[in-house]
Amino acid sequence: MAPEQWIAEHKIPVGAVMAAVVDVVRKHGLGVFDVITDSVGFCADGLTTLLLDLPPLLLVVAAMAGAWFLRRSVGLAALVALGLLFIINQGYWNETMATLSLILFSTLFCMAVGVPLGIACAHRPRLARALQPLLDLMQTLPTFVYLIPTLILFGLGTVPGMISTIIFAVPAPIRMTQMGIARVPRSLIEAGEAFGATERQILWKIELPAALPMIQAGLTQCIMLSLSMVVIAALVGAGGLGVPVVRALNTVQVDAGFESGFVIVLLAIMLDRVCRPKDSAS
Amino acid sequence: MSEGINAALEFRNVDILFDRGNRRGAIEAALARLDAGETREEIGRALKVTVGVAGANLAVARGEISVLMGLSGSGKSTLLRAANRLNRPVRGEVRIGNGLAWLDIARCDDDTLRTLRKTRIAMVFQQFGLLPWRTVRDNVGLGLELRGMAPSIRRDIVAEKLELVGLANWADAHVHELSGGMQQRVGLARAFATDADILLMDEPFSALDPLIRRKLQDELLDLQKRLKKTILFVSHDIDEALKIGSRITIMREGRIIQTGTPDDIALRPVDDYVAEFIRHMNPLPSIVATAVMRRFQDLPRRPDGMLDGGRIAIAPDSATATIADRALAIRPHGEWVRGALCVVPAQLSLGEIIALRQRSGLPVLVEAEGRLVGLCDDADILQALCGEARFRAG
Repeated sequence: MAPEQWIAEHKIPVGAVMAAVVDVVRKHGLGVFDVITDSVGFCADGLTTLLLDLPPLLLVVAAMAGAWFLRRSVGLAALVALGLLFIINQGYWNETMATLSLILFSTLFCMAVGVPLGIACAHRPRLARALQPLLDLMQTLPTFVYLIPTLILFGLGTVPGMISTIIFAVPAPIRMTQMGIARVPRSLIEAGEAFGATERQILWKIELPAALPMIQAGLTQCIMLSLSMVVIAALVGAGGLGVPVVRALNTVQVDAGFESGFVIVLLAIMLDRVCRPKDSAS
Repeated sequence: MSEGINAALEFRNVDILFDRGNRRGAIEAALARLDAGETREEIGRALKVTVGVAGANLAVARGEISVLMGLSGSGKSTLLRAANRLNRPVRGEVRIGNGLAWLDIARCDDDTLRTLRKTRIAMVFQQFGLLPWRTVRDNVGLGLELRGMAPSIRRDIVAEKLELVGLANWADAHVHELSGGMQQRVGLARAFATDADILLMDEPFSALDPLIRRKLQDELLDLQKRLKKTILFVSHDIDEALKIGSRITIMREGRIIQTGTPDDIALRPVDDYVAEFIRHMNPLPSIVATAVMRRFQDLPRRPDGMLDGGRIAIAPDSATATIADRALAIRPHGEWVRGALCVVPAQLSLGEIIALRQRSGLPVLVEAEGRLVGLCDDADILQALCGEARFRAG
């Protein structure tokens, strides 16, 4: 028997083990996953419904006002208004609102988990080293691979799409927060210590404000990564802008593909411009 | 304890070591070698332990400015930072006095440490250490904010301290809008804001250009007259040390070599290392009249009983003087008139003596405790400038 044949015959059961793990989780934890599916799905779909119930033009005006309020830039407010009007014009308003609520929820979750975890990593180099390979795995493992178990655990719909999006996007805020906190100049922390700050005070009054631009960059990245997942999320039944792309792919419709593609790009540009850290905020 | 009553801050046999290799027992091994007399190079090579400070003893009296001097790497900042435990000594005591009892800041618990940092000890940093996203007001109020003081009360104290450093109109500015000198004034105001009685200053003016540096030194001396803080000040600039220090401590390779008044250091350096520092100082502002003058008791007597001062003859007891047998008027330097000899106080600087010598064209007389005690003529001034006078036994 040739050696490579022997090696091939004694296959290490990587796939089988993972399948067994998913199976066990499914058998014993299905109730938990049902609760998650129902509650998250209720919130995300509820938000989509709410956004769709409002008159689109009212939302356009509100978004324009919001953009101006956040950045004080007439140009940006105009960009947001024109972009949203273009989306209405192209007939993708409903899909855009579904995508927005999906991104909103996954980003909220990513930041709620990522920022505290990033802070913990910055303070505990050991934790950071332990987490490093996991974060790498989350970002490099092809998305379709973990789409399969999420599908089994959460069923078709918005939730598995959102879970996949979160797995893909959450490393960004963790890493950026960690980097931001780790880069706070030693002298600033010592200034706090010299005046008697507690660890908590140093975190809230010195480290977090100093790291804010980086954390904000993490937020923007997180939104962009979530947006890049819309097509994949559509494959497991999440609504939104991914749906027309998938449909166009299946029916080989060049025009519909480009329309929905441009709308995604436009949404990305608007979100990026509104959320990115202010220039020279250092 | 007897001297302790006066001192506000005292270092006793302080050793500060840093473990670079994180090996168990490295610090203990290094201490043993240190006690056996090994140098910091030997210990550093053998154990990957940096000896920052070794065997430091220093008492800082209430209300004095004590300057730690040395080249970079001499351990002066390391020792200063032990005073609020930014560096923790591995051995020895750092005692803070409250007039009644001592407290060892090197060994106290964290709550006590924070209380001391909030109320007793403030610090000014070389790179200012200001928070760039905050306004000047909120930077100055940092210490009070950390104490949990309400913003409304804070505001008045901050305004008062900003007034003190001349930045009353800049409260709402951001730090980056300010020049370096102004930023360090903010640093000073922040340190004053907590009303701490001990002030640690880690090369506070080194990052500033020379003109601003001198201005801030003057301002600090001026403020100190009113505030009477106990200041421990690190500097690598001998002129700065002589100008602002009431005591100066010279450090080298982690050890204290000499502690004394500026005159002690300038006139009686204990070794060549200290003498080398002194050689590079600017003598004009820091050498004083008593160090320049020839003492009357050393002058030869003329047959007529007057002292022979070279160009002039003088009888100090009757306060009369002659030049080529013509009588000269003697006036204090504030009331000097052309043709008269000028009398200066003992602490007047060499620079001013030279200016008066130039104006009058005559030697300058020195007065101490209401008596004329000596005179400074060209030869004495030149000698002082060359550095000879500085090493003459005072």
